[in-house]
Amino acid sequence: MLDTRYRVEIPGGINLEAQVVGPIPRSLAFAIDLAIRGIIVFVLSIAAIPFGAFGLGGGFFLIFLFAIEWLYPVLFEVFWRGQTPGKKALGISVINDDLTPVTLGTSLVRNLLRSIDFLPLFYLAGLVTMLCNRRFQRLGDLAAGTLVISVRESSRPASQKDIVPLAPSTALLRAEQTSIIDFLQRSSQLSEPRQKELASLLEGVTHEKNENGVEKLHRMGAWFLGVR
Amino acid sequence: MKQHAFEAQNQPVWELIEAALEKPSQEDNSKLLAEHYLLLCQHLAIAKERLYDATLVERLNNLVLALYRELYRYRSETRLNFYAFFKRDFPLAIYRHRYFIALALLVFVLPGLIVGSWTYFDDEAIYTIHGPAEVRGMERMYDPEARKLGREREADTDIFMFGFYIKNNISVAFRCFAGGILVGIGTLLVLFFNGLFIGSVAGHLTRLDYVDTFYPFVVGHGSFELTAIVFSGAAGLRLGYAIINPGPFSRLDSLRLSGRDAVPMLYGIFLMLVIAAFLEAFWSSSTTLGNEIKYAVGALLWALVLLYSFSGRRYESR
Repeated sequence: MLDTRYRVEIPGGINLEAQVVGPIPRSLAFAIDLAIRGIIVFVLSIAAIPFGAFGLGGGFFLIFLFAIEWLYPVLFEVFWRGQTPGKKALGISVINDDLTPVTLGTSLVRNLLRSIDFLPLFYLAGLVTMLCNRRFQRLGDLAAGTLVISVRESSRPASQKDIVPLAPSTALLRAEQTSIIDFLQRSSQLSEPRQKELASLLEGVTHEKNENGVEKLHRMGAWFLGVR
Repeated sequence: MKQHAFEAQNQPVWELIEAALEKPSQEDNSKLLAEHYLLLCQHLAIAKERLYDATLVERLNNLVLALYRELYRYRSETRLNFYAFFKRDFPLAIYRHRYFIALALLVFVLPGLIVGSWTYFDDEAIYTIHGPAEVRGMERMYDPEARKLGREREADTDIFMFGFYIKNNISVAFRCFAGGILVGIGTLLVLFFNGLFIGSVAGHLTRLDYVDTFYPFVVGHGSFELTAIVFSGAAGLRLGYAIINPGPFSRLDSLRLSGRDAVPMLYGIFLMLVIAAFLEAFWSSSTTLGNEIKYAVGALLWALVLLYSFSGRRYESR
């Protein structure tokens, strides 16, 4: 089954969930970082020339080149909440597989192994590995024990204050009640015809169809939520 | 309790936590976050147990996740203890990698010795490994007849060579380690070919009798550089071995554990290669220093590195 949820029991005594992120957003984040790195290298290479291409300027340029090649992702991930600028733009973040933040050690291992994930070209090894496990981990993630998760804010449902609650005429199981609440909360994400279609399936409960069915379900949802 | 009442009751606390998470490093905020962690976990547990709707559960889950990450955030001042690293962690990591170090040493040195003796006895042999231009370049670098040695440069170009050694040597070591994940094959290739190259050059230059320029040059920084390359090979081989023979663990768990074991090795290798690059750029390249001094200091550095490398055993718990 395709399920991007990743569950860990934390010391707080609960199962914490996170959404792991697949190859597409991660590639985009990498592309952004690559562009940033390219610009930095370009600027540095020009800035180094007045100080001697084979002297002081060249020496420092090579040291920076080394740092940008190997340490750029490590420093950002460790000191900027698991995010390089590219990852921040995409709303994704690197995290240890126990959902604690990445440390210097785990970040170093995952980023050094990038050189192998890149093989034979364009991250093919990394991509194949990612698609072969449930958590979208590339080789570096597997060796370091890290994941890339989504940290994007979820949208809040609209307020139900203006809905007049309505008690259902039949007794419903708790799971059925939850489905009706979910229908209410997610209505803003569904198209109107789809809402009507779904509401019409529950004619046996609402004794209504189409718009009236949708409205009645919303009112029942508000009742189950406890709106007074 | 209905969900709506539950939300209305706890909304102020959640908003307080959300606000504190905006600026978590502030004294008051970090205190508030720590104090509310268990309460928030409890709220999430209640929301799940009472089958409150998915959006509320998701909101609380994300809030706990953000708070949890904040509580366990990396704090450099508590995690990095340089003294303990030099005294105990690195030597212990070396000790624990000892069999892999032995294997890496073999793969690195043996082809070098064989090819080195070949290039020493056969004038043409060097051209099977290096191109003519490369060979000429290397010969020029260590030619005792030349007024200036190839590596002897103006003061500011020493810094260029320092950058050059940092970029090249540390990249080689990192790739050597990373290659281990291909069940060790990548690491073996890097070790083998580096041994081959170094050995062939040493043999050829000895044949040309450039002994008094080549060996004093390499003896000093070689102590740190060659040892660090062997260490990076050992860390890579450990990674590969973890996949081949996972013992009581699953292959994935075994790989992850070996990755964690490699961390102190990686820190150490990095530092050793920075020292090596510094020595190579500023010490080895000097012509004003006599060869006796270079050999003496080289011997001292080798003794230091070896003594240090063998000092980890006593920290192993038994």
